[in-house]
Formats: sequence, structure tokens, C-alpha cells
Amino acid sequence: MHEVDMTRSLILTLKDWWEENKKQVTNHDANHDSQLQITRVHLIVGKFTCVEPKSLEFAFEAQTQNSFLEGVILQIQETPLIAFCHSCQCEYFPEIGIHYACPTCSAPMEDIRSGRELKIANIEYTYSAHPQLSNQD
Amino acid sequence: MHQTFDAVLEVNLLHANQKGADFNRAYFDRWGITCINLMSSPGAGKTVLLEKTLCALDGKVNIVVIEGDMTTELDANRLRQYGVPVIAINTGRSCHLDSKMVAGAVHQLEHYHEPKNIDLVLVENVGNLVCPAEFEVGEHAKVALLSVTEGEDKPLKYPIMFQAADCLLITKMDLVPHLDINLEQIVGNVHQLNPDCTIIPVSAKTGLGIPEWVQWICAQIHNLSKISTQDSLSEPLTVH
Repeated sequence: MHEVDMTRSLILTLKDWWEENKKQVTNHDANHDSQLQITRVHLIVGKFTCVEPKSLEFAFEAQTQNSFLEGVILQIQETPLIAFCHSCQCEYFPEIGIHYACPTCSAPMEDIRSGRELKIANIEYTYSAHPQLSNQD
Repeated sequence: MHQTFDAVLEVNLLHANQKGADFNRAYFDRWGITCINLMSSPGAGKTVLLEKTLCALDGKVNIVVIEGDMTTELDANRLRQYGVPVIAINTGRSCHLDSKMVAGAVHQLEHYHEPKNIDLVLVENVGNLVCPAEFEVGEHAKVALLSVTEGEDKPLKYPIMFQAADCLLITKMDLVPHLDINLEQIVGNVHQLNPDCTIIPVSAKTGLGIPEWVQWICAQIHNLSKISTQDSLSEPLTVH
């Protein structure tokens, strides 16, 4: 279940981002007690990787309990395996587990155009600023 | 007041591991050390191959082995008999080595050895054909092992491993006469995914292919000037 370790790596990256941006928000808003909350994380996971999206979701939910990421939705977009054959000058869909060479000319799969992605695409977050009590006087 | 925003990251999911791997590689480069990561399913023959490799390179290349094993030090103890430093990493329940574990091993290593005296770090990964391929540890080259008893279809079923490998060793070649195995098909299946992969059939039992394997390793050692008995490398290497 290597998704557990992948999730650990993902959480570390999210934590770095969160802490960095929280600091900036606080500096920017000196008079406010600001809160930065990540709500949704978009991942792009290629079909030609060792990652099973369901296991990743499960690991993420389990590992983020009682943390700054609790309740955050992990949105995983899967991308198909697409290769480009330079001899035929066309794209094709290799059949994972069965056949990878070009179905027309049998050239090896050398140029992968899609399917190897393992990426944190973007983060949705909310930013709430609560005026401090002293400012309300 | 709540506002929703969107931040574009576009960073690798394994960014944290990759950062560690780059750090390890920079360390190896600083000291002129070549690092090779050996990966295979359990029982393909990584440890016995290392035994033969250590014998063949004895006195020619200064080697350190980083030995990944889930729970025991059995493999590490086997290799210690060859007089080389072996750093054992017990990964616990984790089924692969990651860059942080290897960084820990390198740190341990520094207590006992001057890094400038090391030419080659051989990493024996945890036996697994799936995830070690996705977790870089800072290696300069990846080597996959596939034993002839595992079947021709494994490169198709575990494509990431065989696509990532710079070199594939087809092991246990001495068993071929007893099996219905089509070696050409193994080679063809690997080359569908990875046409540049060097493929060397080997047998730790008979010594077949070991000289070619050792020559391949020597070609990876980028800082050849460090090797004290450099002249001996131009002679054919013998298997003990």
C-alpha cells in the first residue's frame, strides 16, 4: 500500500504551502485574525503510474484526521495512457498489461504523451478574516 | 467573511520524496560516488547477485551496500561476510525504500567511512515490482532483475519498473533447460516499453553474464580516476 507513503509526501507539500501562505496572509492583514483553510485538492493521476486513486483517497482520509487537512476533499482526475509513434506520426492508446508497441508498425513505446502524471494541480482554499475585538471599539 | 480562492500548484505528488532524492544525488555527486538501485520481485536473486558482484569487484572498486529489507537483517548479514560496509534499513511495513530512508543510511555511513573513499553505493531495494520504481532514492541508474521462473509476461504486467530500468538482468539462467520459457519474448516485451534498456542474462550459480554485468557497473562509475587499481579494469574481470 504505497499510497500511504505517497499521501505522506502529498501532505508534506500541502503543509509547506499552507504554512507559507498563512504567514503571508497574516503579514498582510496585521489587524485581523485571519484563517486560511484548504477545502479541496485537485490531483492529476495518470493510468500509467503505480497509483490506485481509491487507495489514495482512503489513505488521505485516514492520515488527515485531526489535522489542518481534516475534511479536505481530494479530487482525482485520471488521465489515459497515450503514446505517440514517430514512425507513423500518430497517437495511439497502448493497452496496459497487454501491449505497448505501436499497433500499426510495432515501434516501441518511446514517447508517452499522457498517463505518467502524478501531480498536485491546484488547491482550493477559503480565507476568512475575523476582525479582532480591539478593533471593534 | 469567506472567500474561496484557487491556487495553481502543478507540483509532483512525490515532490517531498523527489526533493530528498535530488539531495542524495547531489551528495553522491559531490563525493564522486555512483549510486545504483537494484529492484526486483522477492526471490529474483538480488542478494546472491550482490554477493557475486562484491567478489568480482573486490579490491578494484570501493563499495558500500545499502540493504533494504522489511523486517530482518538476514540479507545484510550475508553481505557483511564479504568485508564491505553494509547499512541495513528495515522499512517496517513499507514496501519500498524512499529517499529519506536512504538519506538516513548515508548519514550512518559517514560515521564509519570517509565519503571520498567510496566509489559505488549499491542499493538493494525491497523485493517488489510495483512501487520502488516510483520512489527515487537519489540513484544514478536503476537495475531491474527478472528471474526466468517469473514468466515472460512480467514486463507487461509491471510496466513502470521495466520502463524505468537502465539495465535488466535476466537471472537464474541455469534453470532455463528445466523450464518452458521464451527468452526472446522477455526481451521483446521489455523492448516494447524500453528499447534502450541493456539486457544481460546472468546466472549467479554458473557465473554466466557476471563479467558483462560487472563491466556495465564499471561503465556507470563516473569518477573512474578514483579507482586505485584503474589499470586492472581494462583487463577482463574474473568471477570468483
